[in-house]
Amino acid sequence: MHAGRQSRPAIFIILLLRSIAMAQSSPALPGTLTTADGIPLKLSLQRAQRRNRRHAFFLVAPLLAFIAVTFLLPIGDMLLRSVQNPELVSYMPRTLAVLKDWDGQEVPGEEAFAALAQDLKIAFQDKNFGKLGTRLNYEKSGAASLVRKSARRAARLEEGPYREALLKIDKDWGDIGIWRLIQREGRPYTDSYLLAAVDFQYNDQNEVVALPENQRIHILLFQRSFILSLVITLLTILLAYPISYLLANLPARKANMLMILVLLPFWTSLLVRTTAWIVMLQTQGVLNDLLVWIGVLDDENRLQMIFNQTGTIIAMTHILLPFMVLPLYSVMKTIPPNYLRAARSLGANPFTAFWKVYLPQTVPGVSAGSVLVFILAIGYFITPALVGGRTGQLISNRIAFHMQESLNWGLAAALGGILLVATLLLYILYNRLVGVDKVKLG
Amino acid sequence: MQHLSTLPALALSTALLLSGTAVAQQPEALNIVSWGGAYTQSQIKAYHDPWTEKTGIKIVNIDEGGTAPAKLRAQVESGTVTWDLVDVLEAPAIRLCDEGLAEEIDYDKVLAAAPDGTLPTEDFIEGTLSGCFIPEIVYATLFAYNDDMFPDAKPQTIADVFDLEKFPGKRSLEKTPYANLEWALYADGVAIEDIYEVLDTDEGLDRAFAKLDTIKSQVVWWEAGAQPPQLLADKEVAIASGYNGRFFNAQVIENQPFTILWDGQVFELDGWVIPKGTPNLEAVLEYLHFATDTQRLADQAKFISYGPARNSSAPLVATHAETGVDMKPHMPTNPENFGTAIKKDALFWVDNYDSINQRFSAWLAQ
Repeated sequence: MHAGRQSRPAIFIILLLRSIAMAQSSPALPGTLTTADGIPLKLSLQRAQRRNRRHAFFLVAPLLAFIAVTFLLPIGDMLLRSVQNPELVSYMPRTLAVLKDWDGQEVPGEEAFAALAQDLKIAFQDKNFGKLGTRLNYEKSGAASLVRKSARRAARLEEGPYREALLKIDKDWGDIGIWRLIQREGRPYTDSYLLAAVDFQYNDQNEVVALPENQRIHILLFQRSFILSLVITLLTILLAYPISYLLANLPARKANMLMILVLLPFWTSLLVRTTAWIVMLQTQGVLNDLLVWIGVLDDENRLQMIFNQTGTIIAMTHILLPFMVLPLYSVMKTIPPNYLRAARSLGANPFTAFWKVYLPQTVPGVSAGSVLVFILAIGYFITPALVGGRTGQLISNRIAFHMQESLNWGLAAALGGILLVATLLLYILYNRLVGVDKVKLG
Repeated sequence: MQHLSTLPALALSTALLLSGTAVAQQPEALNIVSWGGAYTQSQIKAYHDPWTEKTGIKIVNIDEGGTAPAKLRAQVESGTVTWDLVDVLEAPAIRLCDEGLAEEIDYDKVLAAAPDGTLPTEDFIEGTLSGCFIPEIVYATLFAYNDDMFPDAKPQTIADVFDLEKFPGKRSLEKTPYANLEWALYADGVAIEDIYEVLDTDEGLDRAFAKLDTIKSQVVWWEAGAQPPQLLADKEVAIASGYNGRFFNAQVIENQPFTILWDGQVFELDGWVIPKGTPNLEAVLEYLHFATDTQRLADQAKFISYGPARNSSAPLVATHAETGVDMKPHMPTNPENFGTAIKKDALFWVDNYDSINQRFSAWLAQ
């Protein structure tokens, strides 16, 4: 900002100097065009363009401010939560001061216990011990009740020796692990949420280790989200391509009718569409009933088509289909049918004509649709929550869980941040391969 | 002279101002958050309507459910508290209280004594007044089955639920470790009083998951309380876990052929917390004094089959308001139903929910 503000007067001065120089050296050099008042045309044009750009900026400024306030700031704030770690620093200052020089070899002595008792006493009075316990419990199960119990009773402790008193309240204070944990997390920023988001943790020796196998879930869900989104994108391309072709090449009246059939579900509530799929696909649902009735299946072996990955894929493909049809349609609409006819009349068979002439021209539409569908799919959460059952859940469901139920916002922010970065990386890769400037929405 | 003449005007405006604030202390409405559906209806009929009639203060009902603690926290932390009273379960209430997000309650001062003069701290179910939490009801999570799916032998116990050979058919369980792990151990032969002790060890947890493994392939997981009765009615599953009030509604009001298995019911409390910093604290406290007295809690049981959280309310529980069904046999607290009841250990879950849920989710996703 500062540099920008300074440079504008500087440019004016340079322009002024130059125009004076020009005026002095008039008549202008042969070959340079000038305006009526003797300023070179190029300079004058540049000035006009700059003015236009400024006007354009003022026009978008309200929107920019709106996006910054309602979108960028909250996201930034949320992402920061993935590394912020204020609890111990704020509520255990005395303990941390004593532990600063602790070598971590043996359970610390009376001084540390006295500081801990004091911190807990104050945390109890200020009603902060819950936050403290919750924070420690993220790292070590059972710490919440250790802190709660100790804070309640420490509030009644009048004098030392505190070590003995606290050990009497709970022998877990004699466990070196909890002290190492306090020392480690006594920093304003932490990487433990990010570690947890990729299924790692600190152990009692403060080493970073993988979570036990039966607790690893995030990497699996990240992988599943990416793979399912990719599958859904491919399916929408396969389904949308012929529909869009039909829409673009039918006479207007019929095409409009068909278009309404595409748009009608698009305008219908997401929940209604998702629930409709449940009615269709459940084991006692329409499709299974039909299959049993015509004798393809017997009543005992009805297909499980929903409340699993299949359900998620089917419902999401249907819901995201219009996002592929619309860009494809608008691109295909602009391809003159003459090109294909020309290819055919020059001897190409239908497939070659399609492959060499038509398909390349639809790539911008396919690209636009794919980016839209993929990015929507990777953050989708209501549909998988409703029809995903056990195996169709995505990483977004886990983020929602930590936001709304476990209230571990740090971990939710870390998961969201990783998802955001991964999506941006894919976007950059995509830009390298296809080029975003080739994307066309119509 | 001029100075003097302004004095009465000043006094008048001060008086106006004061009366203005007096009016502001009596709010027009209280924003009360609860679970929606039949449950909120029962609160409206038993608490809200009589209260509005008595005081003229309206009640705005907000349906929220399991995400209420998260939103309450967001409201308190951002300093924009618009909720006056929130209906939550016991474990989240303890956590909200510990984190300073809920108002602390001086029970004997705020709440009404029983008709015979018993103080609230004596009258509410023992060990449930934990600082901020004001219990209303006892509800149970338990199993029910569709009679049509078991024409011959009927399941009788939790062990039967886990026995796919004797009682084949799909099961439906809630997508949470709560209750499911307790049942797994109970079905595996652990005594009720030892369940949480066993669950607190790694071996115990392994044992519970191993037991759940035996039925995993046959389980449809539900998330909303309305799902299990629906799944049973559609015959999507043969046996489902769910909230006893929902099963009661399906059984008695909708005449579904369901039977409730009271064996191993996991009961817990549900009640109120006041968000820290509500602008209408005084009115809320008055409301609580009214809405949690002995008669009001007993009244709620006319509309839904959840047991009142006050001992003195139990004898007053009467018949269902619409159908005239005697409510006592449908109460989780009824002695006949209560023999093998498991009390959900709220403190155990406050401590272990994060790590156990992580493992549970990983187990589910695989």
